This record gives sequence, structure tokens and C-alpha cells, in this order.
Amino acid sequence: MSRIERRFSALKAEGRKALIPFVTAGDPTPTTTVPLMHELVKAGASVLELGVPFSDPMADGPVIQLACERALEHGTSLNDVLAMVAEFRQQDQQTPVVLMGYLNPVEVMGYETFANAAAKAGVDGVLTVDLPPEEGAELSAAFKAVGIDLIYLIAPTTSLARAQRICAQASGFVYYVSLKGVTGSASLDVSAVEQRLNAIRTVSDLPLGVGFGISDAPMAAKMAAIADGVVVGSALVKRIADNRDDPQALLSQAADLIAGMRKAMDDV
Amino acid sequence: MSSRKTAECTLEALANAPDESGHFGPYGGIFVAETLMEPLQALRDAYEEAQQDPEFQRELAWELKHFVGRPSPLYYAQRWSERLGGAKIYLKREDLNHTGAHKVNNTVGQALLAKRMGKKRVIAETGAGQHGVATATVAARLGMECVVYMGATDVARQAINVYRMRLLGATVIPVESGSKTLKDALNEAMRDWVTNVDSTFYIIGTVAGPHPYPAMVRDFQKVLGEEARAQMLEIEGRLPDQLVACVGGGSNAMGLFYPFIKDESVGMVGVEAAGHGLDSGRHAAPLCAGKPGVLHGNRTYLMEDANGQIIETHSISAGLDYPGVGPEHAWLKDCGRVEYVAIDDTEALDAFHDLTRTEGIMPALESSHALAQAKKMAPSMSRDEIILVNLSGRGDKDIHTVAELEGITV
Repeated sequence: MSRIERRFSALKAEGRKALIPFVTAGDPTPTTTVPLMHELVKAGASVLELGVPFSDPMADGPVIQLACERALEHGTSLNDVLAMVAEFRQQDQQTPVVLMGYLNPVEVMGYETFANAAAKAGVDGVLTVDLPPEEGAELSAAFKAVGIDLIYLIAPTTSLARAQRICAQASGFVYYVSLKGVTGSASLDVSAVEQRLNAIRTVSDLPLGVGFGISDAPMAAKMAAIADGVVVGSALVKRIADNRDDPQALLSQAADLIAGMRKAMDDV
Repeated sequence: MSSRKTAECTLEALANAPDESGHFGPYGGIFVAETLMEPLQALRDAYEEAQQDPEFQRELAWELKHFVGRPSPLYYAQRWSERLGGAKIYLKREDLNHTGAHKVNNTVGQALLAKRMGKKRVIAETGAGQHGVATATVAARLGMECVVYMGATDVARQAINVYRMRLLGATVIPVESGSKTLKDALNEAMRDWVTNVDSTFYIIGTVAGPHPYPAMVRDFQKVLGEEARAQMLEIEGRLPDQLVACVGGGSNAMGLFYPFIKDESVGMVGVEAAGHGLDSGRHAAPLCAGKPGVLHGNRTYLMEDANGQIIETHSISAGLDYPGVGPEHAWLKDCGRVEYVAIDDTEALDAFHDLTRTEGIMPALESSHALAQAKKMAPSMSRDEIILVNLSGRGDKDIHTVAELEGITV
């Protein structure tokens, strides 16, 4: 059983939901990331999503675009991100870490090289936003060989038949994109998301994480009531950006947001 | 599920590409976020239907004739050819199209498809502004809302085209992210599309992007190559020896090359922008000096660093200032069917002046790259050999750039 599966089933046994914070690795500086990851775990994170900075983050809104730019100003590379995960693993062998990013840095490193290095660093899952299952067979095989979950997205535009095909190839959990748009968008329709999640549950037993547009504790609680996991990205990255000149405030502000969400989700 | 494919480089295979999943050999494909997957399928279905619908084809042909002004002439640049003292140089006059470039061939096609799909809003990315103008023009003609994304750097250097788009009723949105050029405009257009996918048709301006765009844009552009082939046979009674076209994303070049792919005797040269020189690192020549990767929905040659980050490009011409290239070009390069070379800013500028002075035709700076290559090739060819250059656009939009480079205030 993978670390991601173990975590979801343990939470399920406790009647709790996964809280999955997203931060961009290397934002605002490379040395911030590992302490921040530990801080997020202490505040109640169940799984960590670590964004791999990319020069052309097409699926991201302005908040994460700027986070990528800050990380790239420090030259944060895919290798650097793997080194951060390895460093995190020295103290934490329990919390699953999922890398989220775009395909090109992985293409350039090479699928097998990346899969081996990621497994060695302690990465549990990888979500490449611009790699649909149709193009994913080769990377998926490389990940299977080393026990890494390839996390796929399901969107509001995905038909149920397609969702079923995606779930058949997915492992770990499935990431439901709650709205048509980029990360950090507003206007989430909770009942529409609930309907879709219920439909997907008829074709898959995988845990369902929901992300895009979840910005505060009340919304996290609402999503926790209907999903197995809640991803919070832009709201957290914005707090990091707002406190980027004060490392202590950055850590405590980020922890506050996650702790507040954790509490609201557990109170449901 | 398919993956990276190795396909044989036969002329037949090249002419029949892409395969069903949009692959040109190992290139192309569909690399987008899940939200766009079903909308792209809907687009493929609608496009296939339209291709087989005689009514759509009639409508497209009517627009190309009466609105665009096709066919464009094939012009023998006699004085320039004689001055160069070698091959005869013919120019396919896409500069004479309505809106002044080949871009409109594609925007007319895609806008008619958008209308057929019931979309009321079109969006586009633009570099030099030619595709933006061509999209805004067709949107005005069909009464559609039009939003054009343009890198803030390009907005500054192509002020006339920005104003032109606004006159046509389009909203021009300067893109401030990344390098503030064409690639960032494309990112922003993709973000708009993913957000407004129900109401909006994304008119991509070049033979890049996720399947079916590379094939669809080529198909809408191939009219220029088909015309040129027929015109050449009529005028000279034979096919040209060499085709030359500039390559940014590569739509004018694919439009010219595609109908000749199986004509083994016809050589083809794609001309990228060498900017300050290939050795300087400040260029826009992914085929000549880049590596394969994945960007903007397809696998192709890219300008990227060792970590897979896309790097900034440079060219005197905004329309060539793009770090990627259409996936069909990538495969044509690997197969050796087309030779890809690069022309630097200075050479392009010289060719711009040459054609303007000797033929009374002011070429776009993009097209000037192709002209500069023809200028290099012609003298070593015999007088009965023929080079066919795609004069993809007119140079009016560039006179401020040229003047500024020469220290002149207009």
C-alpha cells in the first residue's frame, strides 16, 4: 500500500478528510520550502502538494504564476525540488508528498531518470497538469516501476464515460477540478461539485480530492463534507507572497490558514 | 492509449499526417489540462463534419474569394532575380490579401467553424498583431465578440496593429506575465479558453497547439500552396526547384509546403529567426538550435534551458518571436524533407530594403527572413532554376521598427 493510500484509509477510519496544501517549491526562496512543509504538517496537512515551478504555467491563475516567477528567479529546478523532498523526508517519513507541475521539465530530465530520482527522494505521487491519460502511458509505466502514483485530473467538462476511463488508470487519489478556469478562481458552486463527485463515485472507489477556488475555512469545510480531500493552493500561496519579506510571519501565517481549515473540516 | 510514436518518414506518411490522435511522428499530440479535453474532441468532431460538408466548403470558398481577395498573384520578381544573377525568384503575394498577410486564410476558416458551433465569442493570441487583426476583422464581419491577447512588449512595438484591432471592435488585452511576448499571450488565451470554454472559440493563429489545431490551421492555409502550385504550372509549365518560407509557428510555411510534400523534385527551406545570431543565444530558432519538449499543447522543438524552462527569444520581427514551432515542422525536419536554416536581423533588414527598392514591394519583416534566404540561394543556382518564396505579409506594420533601427523618427 502506498503512503498516499495509507493516509487516505487512515483518515477514513477516523472519519476525517484529507487537507492538502499546495505551495510552489522555491517560493519565495528555496530555503523557505522545507521548513514550510514541516510547518504545514504541524498545522494539520494530511498530504503535501509541492508545485514544480515552470516558466509557462498555463493552467494557473496570477497568484501561482507569480510564485513560479519568484521560484525561477532563484533558479529552482526539478532537481532542486527533488532535493527539497529528500530533505523533508529526513524528518518526516509519514506525510505523502505529491509533485504538481507541467510536463516539460520532466520531458527534459527523461521519464525514467525522473521516476527513479523522485522515488529515491521520497515522492509519492506526481500530477502533470498538461499530461492527459491519452499521452500518459509511457510516464505511467515509469512510475509504476518505482511505485509512484500518477495523479490525474477530472474536470467539470469531463464526461462520466471519460471519468471512468481516467479512474481506471489512476492510482492514489483523483483530483477533481471544481470549476472551469485556472487556479485561484472565485465562484465555486458547491452543489454542482457534489453532484459531480457523486457521479464519479459510481464509477470509481478512489479517494476524491477537490481543488481550485477553495480559499477559506468555511469553503474547506463545505468541500470536506462532500469530498475525501480538499486542496488549497492560491489562498495559501497568496499568504506566502504577502509575507515574503518576513520568514517568521510567512511560516506562522501559512500555518494559521491551514490550522483554521483543519479545524473547520474536523468540526463538520 | 498512444505514446511517443516512431513513424516511417515516407513521403506518403508525411502527406497523410497527423494520425488519428494528432501525432506527426513523435511530435504533436494533445498536452492540455483535463478541462480542455472534451472541448477539443468537440472541436475535432465539428471540424471533421465541416470538412465533409459541401455547404461549409462553398461558404469558405466564397469568403476567400470575395472577402479575402483570393487567389493571390504569383509574381515573378524579375528585376531582383536579374540583379542577384541566378535563379528566377517568384513571390506568392499573400501580402495582397485583405488585412495584409496569410493569417486571414485561417481566421476566416476558424471563424466560420465557430459560427457553425454556435460560439458567439472568439479569442486569439497575437505576436506581430497580424493574426489579431485578421481575427478582429473576421469577428467584425460575423458580428462576434473578439478578445485578443498580446504580450505587453509586442503591444508597444506594434502600436498600429493594436489600434487597428480596437477600431475593428476587438478588446486587446496586454499580457504582463513572463516575457510579455507571443508565448505569454498564448498562455493567457489558454487561460481564458479554459474559463469560458462553453461560449468561446479559441482561434489559434499558427500550426501549433493541441490537436486538431496544427492540422486544421495547415488545412486552412494550404490554399496558398495549392494556388501557387497551379499558378507555377500555368506560368512556367513546371514545378519550382525550391520553396522558401519563414517559420515562426510555421503556418505560412506549412500552407506553402504541404501541397508539394509528395513532389520529390521540389526542395523546401524553412527559415527561422536567428535574431542577433544563433551563437548569441538571442534568437528564435528552435528547429535550428533547440530541443524537443512539450509546450502549448504539443510536443515539438523548443527553446528551453537545461531544466526544461522555456527561454526568452529574440527577433526583429514580432511574428517570429516564439520559442516553439508547429509539430509538423519538427517531423519534417527529423525526416529531412524540409531543410531549416536561420537568418539574422541584419540579413532580414537588408532583404526588406532590397525588395522594397527593386520591386516596389514592401515585405513584412517576417517574410524578409525568407527573402534573405532566397537572396543567399539564388546566385549559386542557374538562371533556369526557380525559387518560390512565400511573401507572407506586407511591411506597412513594420515601418516604425525599421525607422527606429535606422535612427529615424517618423
